[in-house]
Amino acid sequence: MPVPENHEFFIDPGRCIGCQACVHACSECDTHRGHSMIHLDFVDRALTTQTVPVICMHCDSPTCAEVCPADAIKRSEDGVVQTARKPRCIACNNCVLACPFGVPKMKADFELMMKCDMCYDRTSVGKKPMCATVCPSGALYFGTRDQIESLRRAATPINQFRFGEQLIHTKVHMMVPKSRGREIVDVAAALFEAPVGQDMSLNILQ
Amino acid sequence: MHERVRATIWGAGMTALLGVLIVLGSRRLDHFDAALVGYTFATLFATFGIVYRYSMWLQRPPTRRYWVRGWQLFLNPRYLGNNLLQFLRRVGVMFALNAFIWRRGTMRGAAHWCLMWGCVIAAAITFPLVFGWVHFETVEGDLQSYRAYVFGFPTLAFPIHSWIAFAVFHGLVWASILVIIGVMLAMKRRMTDHGAAAVQQFAEDYLPLIALFAISATGLMLTASYTWMRGYAYDFLAILHAITVILTLLWLPFGKFFHIFQRPAQLGVSFYKDIGARLEQANCRRCGEPFASRMHVEDLIDVERELGYRYELEDREVQHYQWICPRCRRLLLSIAQANEWAGVRGGGPLLSDLPNAGISSSDRHQ
Repeated sequence: MPVPENHEFFIDPGRCIGCQACVHACSECDTHRGHSMIHLDFVDRALTTQTVPVICMHCDSPTCAEVCPADAIKRSEDGVVQTARKPRCIACNNCVLACPFGVPKMKADFELMMKCDMCYDRTSVGKKPMCATVCPSGALYFGTRDQIESLRRAATPINQFRFGEQLIHTKVHMMVPKSRGREIVDVAAALFEAPVGQDMSLNILQ
Repeated sequence: MHERVRATIWGAGMTALLGVLIVLGSRRLDHFDAALVGYTFATLFATFGIVYRYSMWLQRPPTRRYWVRGWQLFLNPRYLGNNLLQFLRRVGVMFALNAFIWRRGTMRGAAHWCLMWGCVIAAAITFPLVFGWVHFETVEGDLQSYRAYVFGFPTLAFPIHSWIAFAVFHGLVWASILVIIGVMLAMKRRMTDHGAAAVQQFAEDYLPLIALFAISATGLMLTASYTWMRGYAYDFLAILHAITVILTLLWLPFGKFFHIFQRPAQLGVSFYKDIGARLEQANCRRCGEPFASRMHVEDLIDVERELGYRYELEDREVQHYQWICPRCRRLLLSIAQANEWAGVRGGGPLLSDLPNAGISSSDRHQ
């Protein structure tokens, strides 16, 4: 059963308060029970308390799957990029290094790459992913377009990300200000920017 | 198109080679059992299919890169001695013991270990018998002993009523028992594990188990028929068993069983990673931390270009997004978002009162 089309994942890293609820809830997911697939990183502890939760963005043309020498990563028809198929993954680390969002995790003792599959055991039967059910600040939100738009009136979801010359479309959307009128987030441009901590932690108040 | 032609040539070549080996190994078909000809042709077809698919697989840019690099590094005289030792250790730990699968779960490990060894034993007995590479003859002047012939050469002789004869002639029974145990364990996991249920597919996950069970069960029925039932329904059971085996052989190149041939790539990858760890490391061009071997990053950049990805950057020092470590990539996503919101929700950059608040170029490119 596919993930319902009208339900989408919206991320808003600026709202993250670093509570780690998503990290712990993630490990409850049946498809990777006991192993959390969420990355929760501090942006820069010297400058800001800001944390960032990263889930798989489920790219339309997943670089991780394309560079996999074992053809172990498959994207299901509903656009979910599944974790590596266990019989095939040869633990080469290509996907870990190639993902532009830094998502896949290598479980060296299992000789296996594991990654967020949007809690496929839940979303494929109409439930929300574990992380989105427990996130208290709405940094990770799973619902309909109407719901997110009524909750975040100043924001709009976009799903195109630029990395140098490469444009990546994703199934997961990120919330950006509506007033900017942006259609693409230039991620690589942030290489040359300092973290703007105040703005980031203020997002929760909006 | 060239890829398909090359794969067809490899497939046809290896199939022909197996055909020649069957003729030679059975001494011009002298020891070839005509009753098993169906198995032989199914195996020849499977050989073509497997080699064709393997060849197509090897021609994918990432696979080709690892294949070539893996062999280069393995055969490099500087590492060869250690590589050979590691090879033996890994064949034992990874393949014979399935250590990494046991670590994923006891039930999964037990199921796979039983299935794998059951199939290995069965294949080691069946294929040489079918091809006429192994046959047994009564020892001249001793009607109570058998001698095994391999490729027509005489080897070990043993009494017909010894434990060795019992173990050898019931080899497929032991293999069937192992396979059935493995199938039961795997079926139980697939029927009760919610995670497995969410992603499993009938053709990919259940069908191989059903096929293995059918082969083993019909094989055991044959033994039961001639041992305890005076050959009751033996002909029917022999045909039924042949159908299950032949269908599985024909399906071998297409379904889940192909991982048997793909999986040894794991060995090549382990040498690539081992040797890469001893060579120059790639430092992240944002945080300066080492995150992979330089060889791996450079190989990946080439592979991405071959695949049509363009992660090149205008910045001359960073050059390519592949030189940024996975952790920094995650941070950059949130910094990029924060920059979009800067000035929209109020507040200003945290370091606005400091000159050159951005990360300096020298810090970035360590």
